[in-house]
Amino acid sequence: MFSGAQIMVKCLEEENVNLVFGYPGAAICPFYDCLFESDIRHILCREEQNAAHEASGYARSSGKIGVCVATSGPGATNLITGIATAYMDSIPLIIITGQVNSWLLGRDVFQEADITGACESFTKHSYLVKDANDLTHIFKEAFYIASTGRPGPVLIDIPTDIQNQMVEDFHYPEKAQIRGYKPRTQGHIMQIKKALIAISKAKRPILCCGGGVVLSGAREEMIAFATNSGIPVCATMMGIGVVPMNSDHYLGMIGTHGRESANRALKKADLVILCGARVGDRAVSSPEQIANKAVIIHIDIDPAEIGKNIQVDIPIVGDIRGVLHTMAEEITDTVPEEWKKEVLELKNQYPLRGVPREDAVEPRVFIRDLSSMMEENAILVADVGQNQIWSARNFNVKRGRFLTSGGLGTMGYAIPAAIGAKLAKPRRQVVAVCGDGSFQMAMCELGTIMQYQIPIKIIIMQNGTLGMVKEFQDKLYHSHYIATQLKGGEPDFVLLAKSYGIKAECAFSNQEAKEAAARMLESPDPYILVCRVDPDTPSI
Amino acid sequence: MKFTLSVLVENQPGLLSKVVSLFARRGFNIDSLAVGVTEDSTISRITIVVDGDESIVEQVEKQLNKLIQVIKVKVLTPGNFLSRELSLIKVNCRTQDRIDLMKIAELMKAQIIDVAPSSLTLEISDTQENTQTLIDLVHPYGIKEIVRTGAIAIEKGAQITKSKVNP
Repeated sequence: MFSGAQIMVKCLEEENVNLVFGYPGAAICPFYDCLFESDIRHILCREEQNAAHEASGYARSSGKIGVCVATSGPGATNLITGIATAYMDSIPLIIITGQVNSWLLGRDVFQEADITGACESFTKHSYLVKDANDLTHIFKEAFYIASTGRPGPVLIDIPTDIQNQMVEDFHYPEKAQIRGYKPRTQGHIMQIKKALIAISKAKRPILCCGGGVVLSGAREEMIAFATNSGIPVCATMMGIGVVPMNSDHYLGMIGTHGRESANRALKKADLVILCGARVGDRAVSSPEQIANKAVIIHIDIDPAEIGKNIQVDIPIVGDIRGVLHTMAEEITDTVPEEWKKEVLELKNQYPLRGVPREDAVEPRVFIRDLSSMMEENAILVADVGQNQIWSARNFNVKRGRFLTSGGLGTMGYAIPAAIGAKLAKPRRQVVAVCGDGSFQMAMCELGTIMQYQIPIKIIIMQNGTLGMVKEFQDKLYHSHYIATQLKGGEPDFVLLAKSYGIKAECAFSNQEAKEAAARMLESPDPYILVCRVDPDTPSI
Repeated sequence: MKFTLSVLVENQPGLLSKVVSLFARRGFNIDSLAVGVTEDSTISRITIVVDGDESIVEQVEKQLNKLIQVIKVKVLTPGNFLSRELSLIKVNCRTQDRIDLMKIAELMKAQIIDVAPSSLTLEISDTQENTQTLIDLVHPYGIKEIVRTGAIAIEKGAQITKSKVNP
């Protein structure tokens, strides 16, 4: 005989989960009690939202599924932003929430919240378990759904009495059988042929690399395809890091905050190959303009992305890795030399901005300095705000990763995601870049960092303001600075770090920042570097 | 333009709300929706009439397919299916009007299912157009109440909308 809670833990073990992030509470106590007996490691976050972000950072850098746990009611609702963040960026998560006793459901009892209902529009799927006998096949299905096709978060809500319900036997199914879920993984060969013919006829082709390329692990295939075809490459924010920034034919990030060269090249193109890019509004503000001028080839594993935001001429539904592999083998370089030359000229015409300063840290220059100092396989996690744009534009990902909340744009993502990333890849350098606004949204996690001695490095770009919104106010709202000033309410971040026992220092110029960064990267411990930034420094 | 979709789904609680909220959050307009169990008791069929152009219907189809419990979505080809909706119409009816209303009912293949001193209730199971014609015809007598179901539809001939995979 096994209790439902024992079954839950056994299911996690069957799925080779060895690390979960969470926060306990009454309704999930039976599960936690069984975790006590298990080898699965539990990381106690300081607020549930961060448990979801930590699981997300863990999933993204390990390639496994991230698991987070919370109790019913407020524990579950605190997860919501984290779940939505993962959903928008297609990150595979399993979210386990406790729920009030099943016979009390719907009576608004203490700590009751309809979490499956609340999360419906941003979970790939969800379950409210009504019988412990269903747990094994639900867990099997949930892990299968989260990680296959277009990945995403799957929520399993389990009432306390179900966790305590006794079940005769434990038998974990070998395969998930879901008749309504058969993700197509192989690209149609005729469509691939059509695409290759269109590419051979194109005069000004461009490749756009999105987050799907990262998710499908198609980095090598993408580089091979770009090299063999000679087609210039641009990336969306989620596609940063696939093609190294210093490659000749790489133009950088497109979009509102993208590189001018990349945006101009995209506008001039007569053929665009979208790879796992959903043409979000921040990446392409007027998709119809591009679709009117260019032939659009769209490769995506999610058929619903085809034609959602842009009219597509040649859709290829399937796993990008396989599709690009086939295409890389078949393709020859037919890109006219004039276009290659034009792209190179564009690239040189719009260099990155910013010059080193002595009175403050120029953040764009500092990110470039940091980039050159970090190890080749390092993981940079950017938060949201100006710091995200500074990082996205100026950090050169070589063989490592660039992680950020691209879709939902969730402030406070960087620190927990960096914690997850570091736990997944303990030997890699992991650096989180935050603003003073986003840092304060997640600074409770300093407790987690210290408790488990997770040696991530945190850079705080301190400018005393919510820089991105202030920039909007400057451009669009006559510099009416309402609700964007943090000054007067900010702690001394160095002292704050020290109170947790975390090493920290503050830099007031680019030279100081560079030297401090060297000490930070050298240190085996968690480390915070505060950079004093001029609030008038622009994003781009 | 109106499109009729035949959607096979797992017969599970909560599924209908997932379908309806999908329409709400993606901004798709539902004209009508009808649910019922199929010949296989584990599968329900939802017949949805959607108002929109072809690109919208394509998105509706794809987004519905993304729901894990949706087994099959078929956009029925116009002219290739039969559609019916059931309506109950309560009309004011003075004694001297009764014969006229009975004639209208006969003409429109409607049934009179209830008669009261000052009203009668018609039942019609027909296409949306014919139902509308009946409503227009009885309108001058004064309609007290109309209760309509959403349309249900079936393909003509031997063709069926069925899930490919059987459990």
